[in-house]
Amino acid sequence: MIRFIDVHKSYRVDGREIPALQPLSLDIADGEVFGVIGHSGAGKSTLIRLVNLLERPSGGQVLVDGVNMTALDQAALRRQRQRIGMIFQHFNLLDSQTVADNVAFPLRLAGERDAGTIRARVDELLARVGLQAHAGKYPSQLSGGQKQRVGIARALANRPSILLCDEATSALDPQTTASVLQLLAEINRELKLTIVLITHEMDVVRRVCDRVAVLDAGRVVEAGPVADVFLHPRHPTTRRFVDEALPEEAATAQAPFARVPGRLLRLSFRGEATWTPALGRVMRETGVDFNILAGRIDRIKELPYGQLTVALQGANADHALAVLRTAGIDVEELAR
Amino acid sequence: MTAASLLQALFPNIDDWGELGQACADTLLMLGGSLALTVLLGLPLGVLLYLTGKGQLRAMPRLYAVLALAVNVLRSVPFIILMIVLMPVTYALVGTRLGIRGAIPPLVIGAAPFFARLVETALREVKPGVIEAAQAMGASTWQIVRGVLLPEARAGIAAGITVTAIALVGYTAMGGAIGSGGLGDLAYRYGYLSYKSDYMVVTVALLIVLVQLLQTIGDRVVARLSRH
Repeated sequence: MIRFIDVHKSYRVDGREIPALQPLSLDIADGEVFGVIGHSGAGKSTLIRLVNLLERPSGGQVLVDGVNMTALDQAALRRQRQRIGMIFQHFNLLDSQTVADNVAFPLRLAGERDAGTIRARVDELLARVGLQAHAGKYPSQLSGGQKQRVGIARALANRPSILLCDEATSALDPQTTASVLQLLAEINRELKLTIVLITHEMDVVRRVCDRVAVLDAGRVVEAGPVADVFLHPRHPTTRRFVDEALPEEAATAQAPFARVPGRLLRLSFRGEATWTPALGRVMRETGVDFNILAGRIDRIKELPYGQLTVALQGANADHALAVLRTAGIDVEELAR
Repeated sequence: MTAASLLQALFPNIDDWGELGQACADTLLMLGGSLALTVLLGLPLGVLLYLTGKGQLRAMPRLYAVLALAVNVLRSVPFIILMIVLMPVTYALVGTRLGIRGAIPPLVIGAAPFFARLVETALREVKPGVIEAAQAMGASTWQIVRGVLLPEARAGIAAGITVTAIALVGYTAMGGAIGSGGLGDLAYRYGYLSYKSDYMVVTVALLIVLVQLLQTIGDRVVARLSRH
């Protein structure tokens, strides 16, 4: 478990203190995928570097598995860092070394000398990320997605309990992003690894994260389970991120519906409710009419969800809303 | 006409080709010896300059300022003057001011700071992200130097060794003027002081060949090291 207690960070620039992170407290549970989303400059890369103390907090405590990181001496900190893997936006592989040697590097750093042990572990790691055939290649011979897989294999070498992902998919195309995220989800599931990832894409959060914190100008403005934050964003920054992830939704913001008669509603379904024919049932039982204006059915990690914007017409509207709510559907009335 | 008589006709003043051969050997020996010691001394000095520089792993502004000043002072003294100034030091170190042995200390002291700067520059080319990744893996500074900085900068360092070797060829030739022997000595004594210009032609030609050879070998090594 990672625990931030009143952690803050500021940088000294030309004798002035420039705050990067306002005091924040945060708990990240074992085995969860925790996302931090924010625009560039919001403080997210500072935040993730506080976990392994690549950045030292100006105040407050960082606890990793109960160990107060800031109290460690250099040698103890290095040992603790070997238990925390990290991958990067630009991969940061050793260009002068082969794929196998890149993956072996952290093993050698940790004091492993036996060539046979190293080779066996490297083979196992490359198999996990699907790169067995590329052991002898150099990073420059690999695609971006393959480089990130080498980065992941390298980060897992010393069997860490935590994996930090610093914009790990931001330099990749959408298809490669999807496959790398899938690999991260798989690692999280099978190795029970805690993953902290920072990103500026809500879609990354939606696909793999369990919980998310939204960072804006060095402040956590919203945090919670991804489904809650994603379906019901409260802070304007969060809403912007969600809109970016749902382009059609953003494009069809209320204005074009001004002429549509009836009450404008946003219905959110999650989990089992997504698969029940709730709208049809409500129409038959209450005699109201739904006009579907916009919608989307997708998944938040493994959780299926749907979100529809509808216009509701008919005498029995209030009753219809109540029925929808009892069916486990979240109903928001939109202003027009 | 035999080869010997052809040489005789072309270079009438060169009566002892064995002396010329010996001078070649001396130059190569001075070059090899001083280059090895320059790398041995300059590489750690370059790493130290890099590590203590502003914003680096072991930033130490005062130490860096002292090192940088020493390096700059040694680099700004023309080699032939450095050699004369260093004579007492040379004598104390190797017991003579003359010959190959007497040439090596000033050559190394003149070239090591130059090489150290080239090493520092090559290390600065290493991407900061790679160093950060090693830190995140729990690497110590020494492990980063050995496992990241030197391997990643090896092509740049090889290029620096090439440039330094060629500069040393020039230095050894200058050393000839004050008694260190070698090709420079021949060119100076016979070619300049005794007006035997054919000596000058031959020694200059040999020096050109030597520099070409060093550059070609150096370029090949750099190309091999950067092929990945």
